Amino acid sequence: MIPLAHYLILSGILFSIGLAGVLIRKNIVVVFMCLEMMLSAANVALVAFSRAQGTQGIPVYDAQVLSLFITAIAAAEVAIGLALIVAMFRSRRSVESTALNTLKD
Amino acid sequence: MIQNLPWLFLLLPLVVAAIDWVCFSKRPCVAATLSLLSAAATFALCVAYLLGLETGTPGTYTWMPASVEQLNLHLGLVMDPLAMRMMLVVTGIGLLVHLFSLGYMKGDSSNLSRYFAGLSIFMFSMTCIVMASNLVMTFIGWEMVGFSSYLLIGHWFHKDSAADAAKKAFITNRVGDFGFLIGILLTLGIFGTMNFAEMGGKAAGIAPAMLTVTIICLFCGAVGKSAQFPLHVWLPDAMEGPTPVSALIHAATMVAAGVYMLVRLQVSMGTAAFTDTACMVIATVGAITAVLAAIIATQQDDIKRVLAYSTLSQLGYMVMAVGLLAGEAAMFHLYTHAWFKALLFLGAGAIIICCHHEQDIWKMGGLAKRMPLTVLCFLMGTFALIAIPGFSGFFSKEAILDAALAKCPVFFWVGAGVAALTTFYMVRLCIVAFLGRARDHWAEHAKEAGATMLLPLLVLAVMAIISGYGFIADWLVPFEGFHAHGFSVGLPFYVSMGALVIGLFLAVAIYGFGKRGNDPLAGNFISRALRNRLYIDTLYDKVLIGGIQEMFSHVVEFIDAACIRGLLAQGLAWITTRIGILLSWIQNGSLRSYTVAAGLGVVILVYILAFQL
Repeated sequence: MIPLAHYLILSGILFSIGLAGVLIRKNIVVVFMCLEMMLSAANVALVAFSRAQGTQGIPVYDAQVLSLFITAIAAAEVAIGLALIVAMFRSRRSVESTALNTLKD
Repeated sequence: MIQNLPWLFLLLPLVVAAIDWVCFSKRPCVAATLSLLSAAATFALCVAYLLGLETGTPGTYTWMPASVEQLNLHLGLVMDPLAMRMMLVVTGIGLLVHLFSLGYMKGDSSNLSRYFAGLSIFMFSMTCIVMASNLVMTFIGWEMVGFSSYLLIGHWFHKDSAADAAKKAFITNRVGDFGFLIGILLTLGIFGTMNFAEMGGKAAGIAPAMLTVTIICLFCGAVGKSAQFPLHVWLPDAMEGPTPVSALIHAATMVAAGVYMLVRLQVSMGTAAFTDTACMVIATVGAITAVLAAIIATQQDDIKRVLAYSTLSQLGYMVMAVGLLAGEAAMFHLYTHAWFKALLFLGAGAIIICCHHEQDIWKMGGLAKRMPLTVLCFLMGTFALIAIPGFSGFFSKEAILDAALAKCPVFFWVGAGVAALTTFYMVRLCIVAFLGRARDHWAEHAKEAGATMLLPLLVLAVMAIISGYGFIADWLVPFEGFHAHGFSVGLPFYVSMGALVIGLFLAVAIYGFGKRGNDPLAGNFISRALRNRLYIDTLYDKVLIGGIQEMFSHVVEFIDAACIRGLLAQGLAWITTRIGILLSWIQNGSLRSYTVAAGLGVVILVYILAFQL
């Protein structure tokens, strides 16, 4: 049986990589993917907790249901996000985050 | 008998001034008629009261009621003989001056509605001083006459000299008014009242030093308004105003208000309130003014300035008499002086108009032949001023000299010396302006003035002769037991006759012969000093304006530039700009830094929540 800590460490690593990607990368598509990765990290943590909370090999299903919701919402978000990115590319001919500086002016 | 009829004295001119100003500013004829009618109405009212036809006593009105009775201000009118007879002078001369103004200002291009509104507002303010029942009302009138004097001196404000003179008069008066205001508050403090009627008999229980300070502070007001040394500088400059204004305000009434106020105080506080020190100060200031002004007058060329310095000198006489506790003599001289000095000024006005605004006596000459009636009237005024026996000025000057001899002989001799000087400069003026040949184109073609100008002159000439005689003077001078004509031939009579003869002889000897193209006394340094008014005005210019004010302006400039502009205005702007620049770094438009900020914010929130900070 793999202990809970290992799952949580994996989740933390995934989240950190995602966050670093969001902060560092310029390309919006990559940033977007990193965001998805952070959601996945959350999912991993939820499922891990669900399993750890269970007794006699039967997990607590609440958290697993929550992770399914997250996946569904992430899918919807991807649809909208990609649409926005396409729209942005059409108007700006670029998918770089530095191109999004209109608010400053 | 109508109870509140006397309030008309105050309200009528005020209302007329307002109507002139607001409704008829484009129709000078209507405005002039209204002003003239209001002056005539107040004069008629005044005569009615003096003759006892009307005896209603006015009610009082409490202005701004206060919780402490002492601070209540009861506006009321004093109707005692002193006030009513002063009112006769104010309204009588006022009426004649209104009439004269119709002729004098005819053909003047300035706004005549403004002029007549100014005259009316002056009549209101002067009435306020004369009939005031307490010191606060006096002070209100005091400031109002200053304001109307400012308006009228500056009537021809497009002339720089007139505008400057108006400012000078106003500001110089302010200096005295500060003292007056302090004096009024001191009076309230030590007498516990500002009403004239309640002051009597309270002086006995008060420390003499306190009384001295109070009286001298109140006297400061008179120094400003009656143009006594050292605040006399505004009066000669005030001659920039139209001549009827000079006659009414700067000769007969307003400048006498200081003397009137002092006499009013003497009557209501009792002479005991006037301590020896205070009296000495008052008499000395009066004497200095009398001498100084008479000396300067001997070398003036402008006909109005000669008369202005003569007014100063005569006011000095009156103030001296007040200081010698001879209030009745001061009032007597005030009455006679008002008539004959108004006559002299109006006569000068007629001459100036006929010579097309030429005021230099050396450019006149030979006017006796061309305008005999005006010159005759002017001579009547001159005779009264130089105190030829039988004319009004003689009796009043005798009264003052008598009082001076009885109280303090030094002032008697000063007065006699001034009388000689007075004779000298007036005879000089008459000889140069009226005799010989005309020395100027305009003087050659001068003609007699019109009827509106001659009529007031004739009335005033009659008054200048008769106002000193017993039947008028006893009636006019409101003091029990004083008989104006009751002088006896004694030392004062001989001395003043001597002064008259000396002045007359010197003037005739110096100016009576020769071509009179210019002043035979001019050219030396004494004459230059006198022509420059003994450099007193220059001294004020240099020391007060050039020195103290300049220095003060540097201090103010430093405070303004360094503290207010540098530290406050520019400093605040600098700080705001810096903060703005600092904060604008936050909103740099970079998506990543926003994310970092949001992420950090979340971390901090979680940290706070998790550790229950």
